[in-house]
Amino acid sequence: MSTTIPILRLGPVLLISVQVELQDATAEALQQDILEQLEQTDADAVVIDISGLDVVDSFIARVLTDTASMARLLAARCVIVGMKPEVAMVLLEMGLVLPELETALDVRAGLLRLGYALRRVAGEVEGGRA
Amino acid sequence: MTQHRVAIGNEQDVVAARQLVRSVAADEQFSLLARTRLATAVSELARNIVRYAGGSGQMEVECVREGGRSGIRCVFTDRGPGIADVDLAMQEGFSTGRSLGQGLPGARRLVDQLSIESEVGVGTQITIVAWR
Ligand SMILES: Nc1ncnc2c1ncn2[C@@H]1O[C@H](COP(=O)(O)OP(=O)(O)OP(=O)(O)O)[C@@H](O)[C@H]1O
Ligand SMILES: [Mg+2]
Repeated sequence: MSTTIPILRLGPVLLISVQVELQDATAEALQQDILEQLEQTDADAVVIDISGLDVVDSFIARVLTDTASMARLLAARCVIVGMKPEVAMVLLEMGLVLPELETALDVRAGLLRLGYALRRVAGEVEGGRA
Repeated sequence: MTQHRVAIGNEQDVVAARQLVRSVAADEQFSLLARTRLATAVSELARNIVRYAGGSGQMEVECVREGGRSGIRCVFTDRGPGIADVDLAMQEGFSTGRSLGQGLPGARRLVDQLSIESEVGVGTQITIVAWR
């Protein structure tokens, strides 16, 4: 019925990109999946890219903040990235200030925020392309 | 005048309702921000029907003209339990569903008009209007 949103593991970082209209059950399942992975792996950071979301209502906002606070309880940090400007504006207008929510412009900035950086390793990687 | 109707029975219909209103608002040349406001308000009201009225509802969307301006009116009708105290329900933080109680007050801030008619045991009708 509801779709599953995949969680990519980049070493200690869980990366989630929400590309579909988020149904309530999908959002709740994603929250569960993230918490399970934080518990079962040594991941200590979560980046959720919501650049695919045209609407974030109070329910989705709550799932995001709950996920972030639960991640914190599991000694991990969670950053929301890619929120569209109009979505941010509407959340503000609605009075849904989300102080617990760490945000960043995009995935790269989100990773940096968590103390991770994407960069090319000097020299050639063994087995890499010539 | 254009009129659309969607049944609101489950979560999927909440998504369908906000998609419908977004596309109507796009046709009516609402700005991106105005479309997002309206779709977010619709999402709140449609979800309330699923959550509190057992999904026994519908949304009607209509383009309206008044004087020189044009707008969109959405009417949400359900046969749920009704809202005993509408003023209380409109208050920030009031929820019978152990939620944030942000939906109705938030929706009201996003549209130009919001009115509620409700009768306990009969149902609820919520009308919103957004002017372009
Ligand atoms: N269609 C409806 N039928 C019956 N009761 C309703 C309906 N819509 C809202 N209510 C009542 O009004 C209260 C407030 O609604 P509101 O959307 O503001 O908050 P919520 O749904 O409880 O929380 P949130 O929207 O923040 O998740 C609800 O808890 C519910 O008791
Ligand atoms: Mg609500």
